[in-house]
Amino acid sequence: MDLVSIPNPVRTTLGTNAADGAVIVNIGPSHPATHGTVQIIAELDGERVVRTDVHCGYLHRGFEKECEDHTWHNLIPYVDRLNYVSALVNDFAYCDGVEQLMGIEITPRCRYLRTLLSEYSRVVDHLTCVAAGMMELGAMTAFLYLVMVRDYMYEHLAALTGARVTYSYGRIGGLARDLPDGWLVRLEEILVKYEEFVARAHGLVDRNRIYIDRLRDVGTITTADALSFGCTGPILRSTGVPRDLRKDTPYLAYAELDFDIPVGIKGDNYDRYFVRMREMDESVYMIRQLAQMLPEGPINVDDRRCTFPDKPLVYGQIESLINHFKLVMDGPSVPPGEIYVAHEAPNGELGFYLVSTGGGIPYKVHVRSPSFAHIGAASRMIDGGQLADIVPTFGSINMIGGECDR
Amino acid sequence: MDARTIPIVPIAPAGARAPKDGAFEFLVTRKDEMIGWARKFSLFPYPFVTACCAMEFMAVSASPYDTDRFGAALPRFSPRQADLLMVVGTVTHKQAPVLLKVWEQMCEPKWVMAFGACATSGGFYQNYATLQGIDQIIPVDVYVPGCPPRPETVIDGIMQLQDKIARSHHPVVAGRF
Amino acid sequence: MAANDLDTLRRQIVPAAGAAALSHGTIVFVLAPAELVPAVARLRDEFAFDLLLDLTAVDWPADALRFEVVHHLYSTTHKVRVRLKTRVAAADPVIDSLVALYGSAAYMERECHEMYGIRFRGNHDLRPILLYEGFIGHPLRKDYPKRREQPLVPYREA
Repeated sequence: MDLVSIPNPVRTTLGTNAADGAVIVNIGPSHPATHGTVQIIAELDGERVVRTDVHCGYLHRGFEKECEDHTWHNLIPYVDRLNYVSALVNDFAYCDGVEQLMGIEITPRCRYLRTLLSEYSRVVDHLTCVAAGMMELGAMTAFLYLVMVRDYMYEHLAALTGARVTYSYGRIGGLARDLPDGWLVRLEEILVKYEEFVARAHGLVDRNRIYIDRLRDVGTITTADALSFGCTGPILRSTGVPRDLRKDTPYLAYAELDFDIPVGIKGDNYDRYFVRMREMDESVYMIRQLAQMLPEGPINVDDRRCTFPDKPLVYGQIESLINHFKLVMDGPSVPPGEIYVAHEAPNGELGFYLVSTGGGIPYKVHVRSPSFAHIGAASRMIDGGQLADIVPTFGSINMIGGECDR
Repeated sequence: MDARTIPIVPIAPAGARAPKDGAFEFLVTRKDEMIGWARKFSLFPYPFVTACCAMEFMAVSASPYDTDRFGAALPRFSPRQADLLMVVGTVTHKQAPVLLKVWEQMCEPKWVMAFGACATSGGFYQNYATLQGIDQIIPVDVYVPGCPPRPETVIDGIMQLQDKIARSHHPVVAGRF
Repeated sequence: MAANDLDTLRRQIVPAAGAAALSHGTIVFVLAPAELVPAVARLRDEFAFDLLLDLTAVDWPADALRFEVVHHLYSTTHKVRVRLKTRVAAADPVIDSLVALYGSAAYMERECHEMYGIRFRGNHDLRPILLYEGFIGHPLRKDYPKRREQPLVPYREA
């Protein structure tokens, strides 16, 4: 095909009443700094961005439609790949929704372990966001330091779950497997390494003239705008509002933990950077508390409606065999009803709206995605700024394609 | 030339075959080995990044896995300057025209790596939105399986691609030499 | 929020107690389409529901009023969620837009429109956002087959 006849998948509203001398520039969707899948069509007046038309959807993989074809249990890998930078949070939020619909109470060990792993995922997500943001501004060394720590965490999670990035570790009623020996010892070693590397990153950029000039007062959003556009998480907290679902509507084991909610002062990129760095420190503090508080006991609730029987029983007893068979082929039977459950993901409020009409296959699985709401606010943060500021502002929004486009 | 008519370069172009000349063939082989060696150790990837595999792409570019050891670390974000198109992540039908446009803009010699299960065959997304493998629209040289592939798998893929480049023929003069 | 506080708030919003239900900690209202915008405006202004979290629809093909549009609102002051459910008919699914009240409604209504075919009166930009120009049909409707692909680029011969 020649280049001219390749169809354009989007239609832009810019250019219809552009001012004379305005230049319309297309950024993305294949671009190093748009996290792969967002197209920003910008109308420029010199270096200043007048208006933008942000197009997402280039990673729309049909998650909802796919879920309507799988059992409640089988779709856990799809859920993982929503916010793939902090995959465990998606697993646990989804499983929480199904468990509430079924009326199941998870075991104490599972509750604390899920909290610990959610915070661990939060650290991984913020490390990735901050590292990528620094790299886009040219601080390659800091990127390599933070990605090194992230790699230790990936290998550590691979020892627990079997995979580095997308784990499929949550199960309805519990978790896939318990901690291996020595996992908590290695956890403490990694947290010590984390502190060392993050201290280096802080030393490199915090008071760096270039870094401050590029991030301070850039990409500012007011609290009123943030709330109107549905912003939650670090974006809302950077405007000074200490709203966090872990404190406001506690779930899992958060009510028993001691932690603070870092907030910013101006709602600009530098505040979002610092909110994320401080949130990581708070998460590490929470992980250390949880590692001490972890009780003994079973990981999975003893409920044959959702928990797979042990393999020796499956091969030995006919009842367990039939139970296993029904759970795999038909799926766990969830009573009719609907629920909206939300967890505080690293990006903000991650909600699952589940509709069940009974049976093992969901009627509807809808994701309330924080990135999708934040993309709606992206124009508000980018318009009026410079062309070169699009990159760090967009990076600080932390739009994750899998979650935004679903 | 479009995706459907790119020819597989034959050992000798059809119809242009001179009587077999040992010295000429020897020179061609040596030239191919030399150019293959140079090209395989200076790959300039275009990371066409879309989804979760990006996390492993970042990991394989950083320490301790480090694609720089293989000469394949420096990305070129302009298709005109790149020779290895690494399609990292799911390509949807909305993204397919963009992928085709980028591939068409790359100059010869170029290679394509399908990084991950989604780029290879659509992964486990089999619905109205997802392209079932990028080889439905562009030719692929190496498929790296995994969801996402471990960095070692990616490095294995790069090394296999390097073997392929070393083994291939690199005509530089009028398609004959 | 405690169960009795939630109940108190529910009665404040709707004095006639029977019109709202509690579902796993969320107050649920079932409204007629004409009541939607006044109810949301009242929730935002009087009861400080400052976040429009989510806007989606559920397809019930067996019902005459086929599409159930679902809004989720959250109050950062009361820390409570509200779900508003409205039914529209299959023949001409139109409902009022919330763009004038919340900025987040813009993208969410675009998504709901392309996935279900529901028109939002008052939202002038209903271009496809997750799908692409030229996509025919509304994929999340139950009668759209999951595997019906509409490629933009022709496939290569094998």
